[in-house]
Amino acid sequence: MSALSAPQSTGAPTHVATPDVAPRLRRPPGKIALRIAFALLIVIFVVGMLFPFYWIIITSLKSPAALNRGTRSVLPSAHLTLGAYRTDLLMTSVTGVNFGRALLNSVGIGLCVVAVTVVLTTMAGYALSRTRIRGKKSILGFVLIAGFFPPLAMVGPLFLTYERVHLLDSYPSLIITYMVYTLPLATWFLANFFSQIPHQLEEAALVDGATRLQALRKVILPVAAPGIFTVAILSFILSWNDFAFSVSFINTPNMFTAPLALMGLGQSQYQVFYNRIDAAVVMITLPVALLVIFAQRRIVSGLTAGALK
Amino acid sequence: MLASDRRLGYALVAPTVIVLVVITGYPLAYNLWNSFHHYVVTSGQPATFNGLANYARLFHGQSFLPALENTAGFTVVSVVLETAIGLALALALNRPFRGRGAVRAAVFIPWAVPTVVSGMLWKSMFDPQQGFVNYVLRVLHLPGGHVTWLANTGTAWGAILVADAWRNTPFMAILLLAGLQVIPSEIYEAARIDGATAWQSFRRITLPMLKPALMVALIFRTLSAFLIYDVVYAMTSGGPGSSTDVLSYLDWRAFLVQSDFGYGGAVAVFLIIVCLAIAAAYVRAFRVETVR
Repeated sequence: MSALSAPQSTGAPTHVATPDVAPRLRRPPGKIALRIAFALLIVIFVVGMLFPFYWIIITSLKSPAALNRGTRSVLPSAHLTLGAYRTDLLMTSVTGVNFGRALLNSVGIGLCVVAVTVVLTTMAGYALSRTRIRGKKSILGFVLIAGFFPPLAMVGPLFLTYERVHLLDSYPSLIITYMVYTLPLATWFLANFFSQIPHQLEEAALVDGATRLQALRKVILPVAAPGIFTVAILSFILSWNDFAFSVSFINTPNMFTAPLALMGLGQSQYQVFYNRIDAAVVMITLPVALLVIFAQRRIVSGLTAGALK
Repeated sequence: MLASDRRLGYALVAPTVIVLVVITGYPLAYNLWNSFHHYVVTSGQPATFNGLANYARLFHGQSFLPALENTAGFTVVSVVLETAIGLALALALNRPFRGRGAVRAAVFIPWAVPTVVSGMLWKSMFDPQQGFVNYVLRVLHLPGGHVTWLANTGTAWGAILVADAWRNTPFMAILLLAGLQVIPSEIYEAARIDGATAWQSFRRITLPMLKPALMVALIFRTLSAFLIYDVVYAMTSGGPGSSTDVLSYLDWRAFLVQSDFGYGGAVAVFLIIVCLAIAAAYVRAFRVETVR
């Protein structure tokens, strides 16, 4: 992926393919040892980072009996079973939580957060990069500072307020509050993104008699689609990640988000069933892990929006 | 023309600003007000003004100072550790080698695990019977094989650190890598021709040019370490005893377990001030150095 995009040839395509090959032939032995050590280090690191995933997957496939024998090998047990997944998804635990339902809740909340974030920050990003409003710097500064607010410090006042306006224990209470995760990053990213779109595009549309909003909708938005898509992916991940607000505002088991449902899972009076916990961990992680693998470039460009400016 | 342009701009930016004011500015003001009052919601009594009593309780009570100490210690250790490993990883990933794209994708996956879920994942890794850590330590005859990591005062923080570093080091590395990639390679070429050693070009080129990315990464990491909550909740719930209690968890309990919104408000105000101070300190530190 990176090898393909790296050489942005700037008019000097003298030796594109050769430089990596030629010197390698006459590398001294010390260099080769260094390369092997480097490769080994990378391999060890990658294996170390990924091993926990392997471990939770094989644990999630264990039967309760295999689990009770304790860990005896790093290899998967002889009898793999999807029992833990089935129990998680289909059964409702003693506390009234159904993990399948919780996953759906998280997906639904995530999609709402994506929709609201995209609409609000497309508007704000456009305004901050394309109109001549005063106080742009202060607005961007405030948005940035809002992003640094400690979530747990906000829980108390928001709890009281939601209680008063009867929003406690509701999906909207989470969707509204999750804006503190998504709006700052998305506003900064889109303000940057819009400012890189050539002004001429918009001006041409205005000359042709379009209004500002028409130009925004018909000309700017299509060009900005990749940036908006990035914001959508990031917003979903940030919403999916929350625990602090859902554990504070949600009481009804049927409305639990996936991370919240995970907390009470697989615990009985006498034992903890890690096959069920790890099956849930796998199911929560999988959607976002796939996003990270397939949309990594977008995610990284979104996360680093502020880092390089 | 200008007036209508501005009107459009304000109208478009207003919803975002209003939402953020409602969910951050308003709670801050509310916390501030509560923090000067005795206000226990479950008692049914209205709030009564009590001056600085809640703030005095922070420093004379039993739980705040130990939690502050834990939080500060964890912040320093985890940020140093994750920055060091993250920088090494970013430097490695900035070199061209076969399979680099795959390696970069692979090491970034832990970041996809929701924080509280990463806590549960490592709780299962550290389980003495069903987990992995004790098993592998025993097999390799290393110390710690018979330690119940999460139930011991001395070792619980170690387990939390591992979980936190596993999830957040990739984030650090990715931010720093983005910073490394904007450094033009011609500068290194020029330095090499002038006879600079690898260390010299790291010290004189890489580090100074990495500063903006490093600052952003440090602000993000330091704040989220200082506000650690999910991992502690999942792995130890602040235990054993209160040995892994942290400020965010303390504040959450003040609000939602004790319903003490006065004391909780004081802790919240403290948290907000420290967060802003940390961010400001980094910005200042990095600006002063770049001016020289």
